Amino acid sequence: MLTINRLSLQLPLYVSWWKREWATCLNEFSLTFCSGEVHGVVGASGAGKSLLAYAIMGLLPTAARLNGQLAYQGKPLDEARQRQLRGRELALIPQSLNALDPLARTKRQVAWAAQRAGQSSRHALQSAQRALDHYQLDARAQQAYAHELSGGMARRVLTAMAHVSQARLVIADEPTVGLDPLQRQRVLDALRGLADQGKTVILITHDLRHALPIADRVTIMRDGQQVETASARAFHGSGASLASAYARALWLALPDNGFLSHAVSQAQPTEQEITVA
Amino acid sequence: MALGMQLIPRIARRLSRLTLVLLCVALVSFGLMMASPVDPVDAYLGPQMAQVSPEQRALIAERWGFDAPPAVQFGHWLRQLVSGDLGWSHVYNQPVSEVIGQRFQRSIMLLGSAWLLAALLGFSLGVAAGAKEGSTLDNLISTYAYITASTPAFWLAIVAVLLFSVTLGWAPTCCAGPTGVLNQDVTLASRLHHLLLPVITLALLGIANITLHTRARMLELMRSEVATHAFAQGASRFDIAWRHGLRHASLPAITLAFASLGELFGGSILIEQVFAYPGLGQATVAAGLRSDIPLLLGIALFTALFVSVGNMIADSLYSAIDPRMTSGGL
Repeated sequence: MLTINRLSLQLPLYVSWWKREWATCLNEFSLTFCSGEVHGVVGASGAGKSLLAYAIMGLLPTAARLNGQLAYQGKPLDEARQRQLRGRELALIPQSLNALDPLARTKRQVAWAAQRAGQSSRHALQSAQRALDHYQLDARAQQAYAHELSGGMARRVLTAMAHVSQARLVIADEPTVGLDPLQRQRVLDALRGLADQGKTVILITHDLRHALPIADRVTIMRDGQQVETASARAFHGSGASLASAYARALWLALPDNGFLSHAVSQAQPTEQEITVA
Repeated sequence: MALGMQLIPRIARRLSRLTLVLLCVALVSFGLMMASPVDPVDAYLGPQMAQVSPEQRALIAERWGFDAPPAVQFGHWLRQLVSGDLGWSHVYNQPVSEVIGQRFQRSIMLLGSAWLLAALLGFSLGVAAGAKEGSTLDNLISTYAYITASTPAFWLAIVAVLLFSVTLGWAPTCCAGPTGVLNQDVTLASRLHHLLLPVITLALLGIANITLHTRARMLELMRSEVATHAFAQGASRFDIAWRHGLRHASLPAITLAFASLGELFGGSILIEQVFAYPGLGQATVAAGLRSDIPLLLGIALFTALFVSVGNMIADSLYSAIDPRMTSGGL
């Protein structure tokens, strides 16, 4: 479905106003996402998870240096194709709730997303209505402004916006942040539901626990590099079937596995989080 | 229903605040007039000053009530005001209310069209410039806006008269209509022709201000997560400017447009002077130079009322556009 081949990303870092260095944010990252799967991308803050999402969507800052290849459904995914597919084939559920326009009502914003995916304005309102109903947002929430929604509701509105686009690849960037367990489960179930319709869902999260229940495969990232991609089933017991020490350490650090946090620090060398090239 | 219940005290509060503002304005302007070195009797007499005996001067002063202490004069004026009488202008030899009425009719044409032009053009230019930071269009508009924003109004007016009226002869040099034609005989076309240059000059300054503020808000929006999210949905720059930009940028534009009514009034005083346009601004200058206290107080009061109402409208419009203002959000 989507193939990433040796993707490297560097961003300029101004040490002082005349001296620029390049920070490597993704380093030779290769991965293939399949249709109908929820693929968890797990890593610490600063591991390059969100930048990976932006690289796929083609939303990187203009100063970024990108190397490597992206291919979507067998054809190269270059800038022009990204522009063409954004909102129609590729959808992003952003990390921040501030992505909702504070000055427009919920339903209208969702309808905009549908219009941007190519629907007529009347049709768009109908599909906005359906999507919001699907995510259990009542008439009051549909007429509300962003600041009147709870965190969970806003999160579901963002999910509905990706839903109406009928995109076949949905990237959810930290969709569980700031949600109580029940709300979180609803959002995760919604994502699982998208994958069960045959779509590809990339679930970006820093919390392995949130990815495991719904993910088919999980990729562990560190410092812009792919540490390991394993089936979600590999994360069980003592993690013996995991190849890398870091992935095993993350698994063992979970509360259910006895908080073995020293394992993480042992598996993590003392080098800087961002490798300066 | 609850909204209506809230509305009445809110209006009452606004009105009482407005009355207080007007009273302060009247008091301060009166104090300034009292401190003015121009003697109203001298100013009234003009060149005939030397031919008038001190007794006659005292008589004039007594007739106009200038002999009484300032506090008594102010009290007298206030009593008259409450009964609806703004007093008598000795410069125009007419009731103050009539002078203001006539002059304002002409000024409102000038002010209104300049204001509308500045608001609409400034807003559109700001949105166009802010939609793509650093584009050729943005650079052009910003440069233009920075230059006009730092140009003094009167200087621009003088240059405009020199270039378009004197050198090119496209526009008349003065007045609201051709000289020697009675006010009621002036045709609409001629009126508009006389308005053209002052309106454009006055609007140019307002445009720059509104453009720069609208642009700043647009840049903020285009860098925000709202815009990134819209890009992720496949929106074009135009789409984002149209759907999100207009809403976001209209907030500062509206506030600024209504709040700048005072500046516009100030600008019109200079512009009317340069173009010899017989509006309220020119009357203000005449009243000030010749110590016409009732007229100046009347104009000050009227202007304060005008500007305050403008600010009030801005306030209410702001909360109508930004939902966060009404439902106690932010």
